[in-house]
Amino acid sequence: MTFNLTVSPDFAPDHISGWYFFNTWLQRKLDVGIHLELYDNFEAQRNDIRADKFDMIYANPYDASMLVREMGFQAIARPASKSDETVIAVNAESLFQTVEDLKPGSRVATTDDPDVHTMGMIMLESADLDKSNTDIKQHSSYVVVAKNLLNGDADAGFFLKEAYDELSELIRSKMRVLVSSEISVVHHSLLVGPRMVEHIPAIQTALLTMQDDDKGKGVLESMDIKHWEPMDSEQTEFMIDLIDTLIE
Amino acid sequence: MSEQDTLEVRTVEISYFDGTKRTAEIVDREVPYPDGKLIVSRTDPQGIITHANQSFIDMSGYSEEELIGTNHYILRHPDMPAIAFKGLWDTIDQGTKWHGYVKNLRKDGAYYWVKATVIPNIRNGQLVGYTSVRRKPSRSKIEESEALYKTLMAEE
Repeated sequence: MTFNLTVSPDFAPDHISGWYFFNTWLQRKLDVGIHLELYDNFEAQRNDIRADKFDMIYANPYDASMLVREMGFQAIARPASKSDETVIAVNAESLFQTVEDLKPGSRVATTDDPDVHTMGMIMLESADLDKSNTDIKQHSSYVVVAKNLLNGDADAGFFLKEAYDELSELIRSKMRVLVSSEISVVHHSLLVGPRMVEHIPAIQTALLTMQDDDKGKGVLESMDIKHWEPMDSEQTEFMIDLIDTLIE
Repeated sequence: MSEQDTLEVRTVEISYFDGTKRTAEIVDREVPYPDGKLIVSRTDPQGIITHANQSFIDMSGYSEEELIGTNHYILRHPDMPAIAFKGLWDTIDQGTKWHGYVKNLRKDGAYYWVKATVIPNIRNGQLVGYTSVRRKPSRSKIEESEALYKTLMAEE
């Protein structure tokens, strides 16, 4: 039987090959067939997740909530010291110095990344801004969000902090961070579905010792992950409860 | 601090719903909510704090050791009407999410405003506690809440 693995499409494009290396490495460790399928947008991936196509998912916190509470997945590991933070940036020349300087009618550039968009909207609340009094445009990537800020087509843009930090220095030099979230307890996790449950002990052992050999270490580096940390069900439930408080 | 702050210090006896009381020095000085942060805490079903994140420790002015094992009502500011908390408990007792604007009391007697959300934590169908997440409120919502709570306090 071949299992199916997918990865939340919010990682930097530089790490695509890393996930293919990871899949090859994991298949060898478990001695099972795993097919990796990547997506370039959240909606298409979510439809396939709901159609029960996957057995293992490296998911963003919002999808983790659906996977655990509705589809019986278990979170088994998380990347060490890597949390999902959101940046609101403006054009470097912009007159906006704080979030509260943004006014109703502001043009906001975002992506379909659910956790970044939600956190971005939460950080706009202190300026009395919400979807009813802002002009929100969804774009296909963070690079396009940055272009909209640079061209003056948006007043503020939402970025996954990790993706913002990986934009070219030239692009970043033309933008300015208005606010950056510091939540630290919301992060991606690797989840395993009901069909693959018997492999969980072997997967956990393989992941938690991955950094101990050169091959595993190399794969981790290509994914930009230091090492994996275990996640138990209570840690997962805690993160899901927290996400629930952020969703209207 | 807000423009209306007087820095006046007053000594107030605060009574809690369980019959306990404490005397606190209240200072009319606002500590601004930090940008981009979420204050996170969890309690058991009785409201005893079981988890506090760093933002909670920083904003409340208490150490983690002081917070864990203490009732969440330690943050209750005497300017908050009891009816606001009754609304909170009535809502979460029904298993639903509560949102509200809250003026919190710091250990040093100063205050900070939050937009709070509280949800019940259900595990295997059982209530095991509550998670509370606080975020930065807008100035207009603080002003609306201040006016509302003053009216409600006058009626209590």
